[in-house]
Amino acid sequence: MVDYPIEVTDVSAAVTSLKQKFPEYIQEDTRQGYSGIIVDRNYLVEVARMLRDELGFDYLSSATAVDYYGISDHMEMVYHAYRTAGGPALVFKAQTPRDNAEIPSLIDVWPGADFQEREAYDLYGIRFPGHPNLKRILLWEGFEGHPMRKDWKEPYYTEEHKPFDSRWPDGWVYRAEERNVYGKNVQYPADFDLSKLTDRSEEALYSELGLGVSIQELDSDEALKTDRLVVNMGPHHPSTHGVFRMIVTLNGETIESLEPVMGYLHRNHEQIGERNTFLHNMPFTDRLDYISSMGNNLGYALAVEQLLSKGTRYQPPTYRAEVIRVLMTELTRIVNHYWAIGFLLNDLGAFFTPALYAIAEREKILDFFEATAGSRMMCNYMRFGGVFKDLPERIHSVAAKINDMMRDYDTMDYLTELINERIPRSIDELDTFLTDSEIIKARTIGVGYLPPEMAIAYSAAGPLLRASGVPYDVRRADPYSIYPELDFDVAVRYNGDIYDRYLIRLDEMRESVRILKQLLPRLERTKGEPIFAGNKQHTPRVPLGESYGRVENPKGELGFYVVSAGDEKGPQNPWRYHVRAPSFINLTPLGPMCVGHKVADVVAILGSIDIVLGETDR
Amino acid sequence: MYGQGILKGLFVTFKHFFNTYVDDLRYAGRKYFRQDNFEIRQGLKAQGAFTVQYPDEKIAVPERFRFTPFLVVNDDDHPEAPGEDWCTSCGICAKVCPPQCIWIVRGSDPATGRPIPQPTAFFIDIDICMNCGFCAEFCPFDAIKMDHDYEMASYDRTRNHIHDKERLSKPLSYWKTIAPTTALEEAIARGGWEHPDVIKAMKKQGKTPVEPTIDNMWPKAPVTDADEIADKAPAAAVASSTKQAEVAGDVKTQDVLPEDPEKAARLAKREAALARKRAAAGGMPSSEPTTVAEAAPAEQVAEPAVVVDTQANAGPDATPAGGGKPKFDKQAMLEKIRQKKAQKGG
Ligand code: SF4
Ligand code: SF4
Repeated sequence: MVDYPIEVTDVSAAVTSLKQKFPEYIQEDTRQGYSGIIVDRNYLVEVARMLRDELGFDYLSSATAVDYYGISDHMEMVYHAYRTAGGPALVFKAQTPRDNAEIPSLIDVWPGADFQEREAYDLYGIRFPGHPNLKRILLWEGFEGHPMRKDWKEPYYTEEHKPFDSRWPDGWVYRAEERNVYGKNVQYPADFDLSKLTDRSEEALYSELGLGVSIQELDSDEALKTDRLVVNMGPHHPSTHGVFRMIVTLNGETIESLEPVMGYLHRNHEQIGERNTFLHNMPFTDRLDYISSMGNNLGYALAVEQLLSKGTRYQPPTYRAEVIRVLMTELTRIVNHYWAIGFLLNDLGAFFTPALYAIAEREKILDFFEATAGSRMMCNYMRFGGVFKDLPERIHSVAAKINDMMRDYDTMDYLTELINERIPRSIDELDTFLTDSEIIKARTIGVGYLPPEMAIAYSAAGPLLRASGVPYDVRRADPYSIYPELDFDVAVRYNGDIYDRYLIRLDEMRESVRILKQLLPRLERTKGEPIFAGNKQHTPRVPLGESYGRVENPKGELGFYVVSAGDEKGPQNPWRYHVRAPSFINLTPLGPMCVGHKVADVVAILGSIDIVLGETDR
Repeated sequence: MYGQGILKGLFVTFKHFFNTYVDDLRYAGRKYFRQDNFEIRQGLKAQGAFTVQYPDEKIAVPERFRFTPFLVVNDDDHPEAPGEDWCTSCGICAKVCPPQCIWIVRGSDPATGRPIPQPTAFFIDIDICMNCGFCAEFCPFDAIKMDHDYEMASYDRTRNHIHDKERLSKPLSYWKTIAPTTALEEAIARGGWEHPDVIKAMKKQGKTPVEPTIDNMWPKAPVTDADEIADKAPAAAVASSTKQAEVAGDVKTQDVLPEDPEKAARLAKREAALARKRAAAGGMPSSEPTTVAEAAPAEQVAEPAVVVDTQANAGPDATPAGGGKPKFDKQAMLEKIRQKKAQKGG
């Protein structure tokens, strides 16, 4: 697409040219199991600029912090930059002492670092000089401390790591509330006076946005005199798909600025993840983007498998396991897009008729998930090196309760019929139903425009990025599992508005059906083959090192940054467990996309991004 | 023509509207009262609305469906050790449980203090359980399984939502009912329908366990008239049932309140099974502990028979034998739990 001054083909060449330019400030990361480079934090911005402008790493996928308290007593920011043309990551890091932690902000190079740096500030207390709006993002101002720091303890703290000793062999049960009395289980910052609880953050917010009528503007010679008004949309608003708030400054009906506020569903997923063992995290990933739990499972499994593969005893998943994994994730993509399209129409005001037509077919897919994985949405299906269980022979049930009605189908017949007949039929039906509708076109075409350069700069991912004309799909750009041998196209649309984001979801569903059709003969062929090459282990010893597993989830690129550190023998618990959540990062361009549109369009623009708050807030 | 797209869309809506009533016509208004159309209505040939009229209709859940876990125990009419726990309190489920909601008190021999493969207590806090199924997946003894009972709402979360061993225990036959294929697969993997340790013990003695097939999944009805034996059983079994209960570490057998007919029936069934067993053994009560020990999971115990005896006679909580039906003292147990907690929490 763009011609870069230095023609570089791979990451190591890029690193070499970086080293030539900044010989003193760049070191290889030589810790066991680590890769990439460590950049002197004072030169971080220059290095990043060169990476973007000269070496072609234009897409910052993930930026996250790690606290090495007790190991080397520093904190570091880890960045994963990619080329939108495809290929592996260039990982670079910047280190800072734990006290007065400071790392320059990369927001000028990649605006997509905005929310991620705020998150690192919020959870780790690293300051980012140069960031224009550095304040907490997931937690509120009355929160004491930075919870992801390794020396921070939660109110219901039991032990550093699971499994807890109190559960066995002498596990006399008690409820955590019995020991942590309600009201005494919270700490506030020292200068925080609860009795005078006025949220100063809000004040600041509103003053920034300019509250009330400005005389000068009223005196201006615009034809229509309008007030400027700050409106809170959400947290409890049906259009926000959960608990999510947008602070909107309006001039009349027109949006002047919009600031998303999130964290209402925050549970510090990552902190929980670092207490957990590696396996424990699997069902927790289901709860991120709960519409597409299979995809989340796969992303996490890939990250841990990358680490495990550095050990000697690791055996990669068998071919059948890979086929089943792809089957599940592609079905999930279809499920998710049904949902996204259905609820986009809700947001446009077509209340629930399209949504119900869209998600009707989803039921059938969920029936299959339930029969295979045991649950419709919280699938918890992937394991390190395989999957939970092979597909069942039959999808059948046994009546165990009063009024139980039974069903019994052959699994392969069921899948074949679903993939060859029902899903394509219902996609076509949605197409007929919605695509040509003049109302939908009037509401969506040209609304919420996101130009391609901006989509890349803001680290947008998934359909949001591809609808803006950037054909970037992790399945092709950095392939995993058996995607290289499958025949499918990366769907791309060029107008970057809501309508194209709707269309691209239809396209992607059709591509998924194409993939699924290729999987059916593979499933038949591998029938009876094992789904695990080695043994299924519940507490694998994970070799030291870091890994970044990423998948093209329906909502965009989902990445898991996992660090295994500490215990020499291979720890049981991840030292760092970070989720690069597409629903979170895709919100970064929401503000700019909405400016200039009307209030009603905000709802539709948000709907077209397709977020799930379980993943946004983590 | 402007408006064509909307008309096209409305046609789809009309088709859905029409399809909704096709089934009503086809089944002449009795759509919701027939099982035979349910599979079609809920299957891949379905057209139109496929609403399930809960709670008048419920979709029976597939075998692998997981809700909360339950503990497998022997059937109440098991010929050797009715109602015996399968759990050996190895603690693996407590380790793999992601939210750490399983609490196990490993049984120990009061005389030697050595652990025995029986849980003294077993709790699952179902408010915390995230229904992940890891406990069932990784239990090496097939002793914990995922239940299908999803209707568990209650008014008091503080008392009703921590399930103790009694509430958790369900017979193997229940597992065979709700998940026949899986139960059979697991039995084939174990090499018999019995507990893995029993199978191991049998193999050690040179006996081959019956190979599990779909035909021997459900044992034949016992030859003797169960009711008749059940009538005689309590009197005949007083002395040894104390022992039996202690061996099993099983609160359930003892905790019989007169107003719980279901429990009483289960107990009667167990007594009957024991009586049958004694009859088969030639009415020799002395042979009993040994047999029980054989049947009991015996992995970590060197001399099961001895352990059994000491525990029955010298255990601090052992009810004096021969004093009629042993009464389970809940107060005393709660007190003990509280003391333990205080010690630990202190
Ligand atoms: S893993 Fe099985 S045998 Fe071990 S304690 Fe848990 S239920 Fe009992
Ligand atoms: S289902 Fe999962 S959360 Fe529940 S008890 Fe078992 S391991 Fe724990």
